[in-house]
Amino acid sequence: MKFKGHHIISMTSFSKDMIDIILETAEGMEPIALGKQKSDLLSGKVLAVLFFEPSTRTRMSFETAMYRLGGDVLNLGSIDASSIAKGETLADTIRVVDGYADAIVLRHPKEGAALLASEFSTVPILNAGDGAGHHPTQTLLDLYTIKRESHLDGLKIALAGDLKYGRTVHSLCYALSLYGADITLISPMELRMPEEIIKDLEKRGAKVTETDSIEHAINEVDVLYMTRIQKERFLDPTEYERVANNLKITPELLTNARPELKILHPLPRVNEIHTGVDETTHACYFRQAFYGVPVRMALLALVLGAIEV
Amino acid sequence: MNEEQELRVKRIENGTVIDHITAGQALNVLKILGIPDSSQGVVSVLLNSPGKFGIKDVVKIEKRELNVREVDRIALIAPNATINIIRNFNVSQKKKVHIPNFVEGVVRCVNPNCISNSNEPVTSKFNVSVDGCLRLRCTYCGRFISEDIAKHLL
Repeated sequence: MKFKGHHIISMTSFSKDMIDIILETAEGMEPIALGKQKSDLLSGKVLAVLFFEPSTRTRMSFETAMYRLGGDVLNLGSIDASSIAKGETLADTIRVVDGYADAIVLRHPKEGAALLASEFSTVPILNAGDGAGHHPTQTLLDLYTIKRESHLDGLKIALAGDLKYGRTVHSLCYALSLYGADITLISPMELRMPEEIIKDLEKRGAKVTETDSIEHAINEVDVLYMTRIQKERFLDPTEYERVANNLKITPELLTNARPELKILHPLPRVNEIHTGVDETTHACYFRQAFYGVPVRMALLALVLGAIEV
Repeated sequence: MNEEQELRVKRIENGTVIDHITAGQALNVLKILGIPDSSQGVVSVLLNSPGKFGIKDVVKIEKRELNVREVDRIALIAPNATINIIRNFNVSQKKKVHIPNFVEGVVRCVNPNCISNSNEPVTSKFNVSVDGCLRLRCTYCGRFISEDIAKHLL
């Protein structure tokens, strides 16, 4: 299987075998990600980080991943001071930057931006989010977290929150369907997962159940994946409060939960997970944020050809 | 065509006749084919012409033989159309259009936030599927178009 030179645009281009290789490679990267081992695997390589939208975790974990492997990072810096502010197209920016770097990480507000960039780039493009489109490295780190903290094969998972607009959950569900997961969807009526996606998931081998009760689901699943419900989705603020309060994880709710239950969240959270949950053995979301580093290290090492499989 | 219709639009000596176009779609067919810009000969358009299977539109393009693959793109809005290549007043080739698997530069994506609707140097691209109904999926943003495709022609 050849990863060298591959663009990482969306999860739809990954087979189960490819995902397994990335997750296994990431596992081997963990001691380096933790700073326990040094590496010069990507020494002499330069990663350009082009973020047209703000980001904390994704940008920092990509930069950390590159530094931990001995590589260098070239940051676009402020958009206002760049040629983009002068009206340069993304296509031109990519054609210029690919002469400066060995790979490009791109976050852009428009859907399809990463695919367009890949059509103009001679170096690998890693999509770090394109509008409401794809965010494959988030999905890979979610899968890695599930593998590390629970298990992927025969997984029972519940996804809760905004399942209508959340690109993270759509992408994760597609990837989990490759593993034949048993998926429970928990959301208010207004934010249900689109019917089209549910049908697709079932066609791909996933078992999908819908409910609006988080209490019931908690006792049935191995993993609960929480997402933030955005206030701006609701015209009526009191309706938002009602919906948000119904989908809240508290220590009380977890009193009788199975000890194996793991709770994930892509972060940032607002109040959908009470801070009292942080100290329980169920909470995995901060480790999940860390796992972004070994996963992105694995991806960089693979697409830059430093590791061949 | 019967004699009465022939009086309306005369036979052509050489060129292409697109027959059985869904009624009302002839001008959209010309738009997809880039005609008259890409054709020097006379182009005749017959709208709402009575045919064996109800009313239809017909387009006659003189002095130009259209490539069948090029014409397949019109299947998006006229799936029953037939292409007749005319040489010396005779039909030398007759083919039905086939819905292509992929179309480029024909339809605009319905998603205003799609990168193909920006000032980038790209043309729109869609994968085409026929699963009960005709559906186009934007290769950039993944958004579907399944209704009123003619409304989204570039």
